[in-house]
Amino acid sequence: MKAVAARGLGITYGNRQILRQVDLGVEQGSFLVIIGPNGTGKTSLLKALAGLIPATGEIEILGRPLSGYSRRELARQLAMVPQHPTGDFPFTVAETVLMGRSPHLGLLESEGEHDLGLAQQAMEFTDVVHLAGRHLDELSGGERQRVIIARAICQEPRLILLDEPTASLDPAHQVRIMDLLERLRRKQGVTVIMVSHDLNLAAMYGEQLALMHDGRINALGTPEAVLTEPGLTACYGCRMEVFRTGPADPLRVFPVPEAKVC
Amino acid sequence: MAKPTAELLTQPGRRLRVCLALTVLLAFAAWMGLSLGSTGGGFGEIWPVLSGQVSADSVMATIIWKIRLPRVVLAAVVGATLALGGLVFQVLLRNPLAEPYMLGVSGGSAIGAISAMLVGFSPFPGIALSAFGGSMLTLLLLLMLAAGRTTVNRDSLLLGGVMINAFCGALIMFLISLSRDSEVRHILFWLMGDLSLFRNDQLPLLLGVAPSFVLILVLARPLNLLLLGREEAAAMGVSVTLVTNLLLVATTFMVSLVVCYSGLIGFVGLVIPHILRLLLGVDHRLLAPATILGGATYLILCDLLARTFHLSGELPVGIITALIGAPLFIFLLWRARR
Repeated sequence: MKAVAARGLGITYGNRQILRQVDLGVEQGSFLVIIGPNGTGKTSLLKALAGLIPATGEIEILGRPLSGYSRRELARQLAMVPQHPTGDFPFTVAETVLMGRSPHLGLLESEGEHDLGLAQQAMEFTDVVHLAGRHLDELSGGERQRVIIARAICQEPRLILLDEPTASLDPAHQVRIMDLLERLRRKQGVTVIMVSHDLNLAAMYGEQLALMHDGRINALGTPEAVLTEPGLTACYGCRMEVFRTGPADPLRVFPVPEAKVC
Repeated sequence: MAKPTAELLTQPGRRLRVCLALTVLLAFAAWMGLSLGSTGGGFGEIWPVLSGQVSADSVMATIIWKIRLPRVVLAAVVGATLALGGLVFQVLLRNPLAEPYMLGVSGGSAIGAISAMLVGFSPFPGIALSAFGGSMLTLLLLLMLAAGRTTVNRDSLLLGGVMINAFCGALIMFLISLSRDSEVRHILFWLMGDLSLFRNDQLPLLLGVAPSFVLILVLARPLNLLLLGREEAAAMGVSVTLVTNLLLVATTFMVSLVVCYSGLIGFVGLVIPHILRLLLGVDHRLLAPATILGGATYLILCDLLARTFHLSGELPVGIITALIGAPLFIFLLWRARR
């Protein structure tokens, strides 16, 4: 049974086709990074998998059709970390993390010891315990991202979907977030699917990469298979250099500024 | 399993304590409302009357039972409803400054209500239904404005609401210009928000707000999640469309119902949720019951002020709430912009 199996996915906004005939299979407990230029449908694909926007075609989550899940049932299997978590209304960090328990609780049920314990663990896992009483709008970008990931962990999902979780973070924080996701995958067998613009992080952490271009998945496979100079150059319209610093090191990708292809 | 930190464990006890404190405040306000009035009276005279030690035919007993008690109950129900309505609005529009009166939804219900008055309908169900229709229409218009893109500029939404309100104002003036002199005074008082037009036999109809209250209290947790936006709420298991529609209908219904009897009383739905949010935080499982109690207390006190402000008559209570609320709104807007 795959964590995600999608066949012939399509999304159309007005007369613009965002996704065209996308097929995607993700094994349980694997780490998939979706890469590709801006506006190629990465976020839309992620949202479609989470059932947040309607799409044509078939999606199965953990062997069951997406349409067969109720919102609550789906939220117990799959958690989403959005690109711009919002906060006009200042919840505290602890309140935010505990919200992750809502799909597991009845309408009038209060969080019990079990839920509080899980929230505590999630906050320890992402190292935000010391922020528990602070308001979300007082935090830095990296802290807020870790809080939202803690909320997702608190949801006890088997899949976690993240939309550019490392955007606007400094390199140290980027690596911290990625390490955290990798630990989550190793320790708890959670399937991680994330969208990223950072090809080097993708090469370091992704077991599988999906390179999207113009609403399609152009290449799907290991970093070595996907991160090729011709493939990237064709997608991004800018020459890309791919190399290794040592035999055991991950691939490095850099754009080449002078010789523009387009 | 890890031991939860103190911040995580404070909730249920705190909810009880806060509600208890607010109930005491409400009881105090009600006691003041019963004790004071244009015909005098004192704080000590209430007990003998309420406990039946004074004959029910005495002047004081009649004033308290037949005049002040219904008035206090009315003020409490209207205040609680408007405050709770404001709170739900702020969630649905995801804007802490949203308020039915400000955004023209009250104006819409006023158009419905005044048209029904001019046709000669009775307050219930005629005027109530007509007011409900009017506010539903303006609300839908507002939601269409708010739905647009993912990040709605909060100021443009407020501006849209203010324009809807202005348009409703023009329509109201148009309706007034069509009406006879005898009706104009009634309509004017109603527009200013006036609790003195109420008849005691209408009291049971106020129970109609109860189902809406229960529904909103039950949906307190989804309300929290909705504050994060439709997509985030959905991703955490909320059936967003269903919950939103339920809340819309319930809120519009209860607000229309009380508006028929109270007229347009503004800013209660802004002032009370805002103050309580500052004091208690954003969790609606605490905030919603607190808003009900706080709104009731607030309008009882405002109404008391309106009744006793000058001796020759009464001020419409809507004037008091606007005099308090509008400056506060400007202050909040100023603070939000900083």
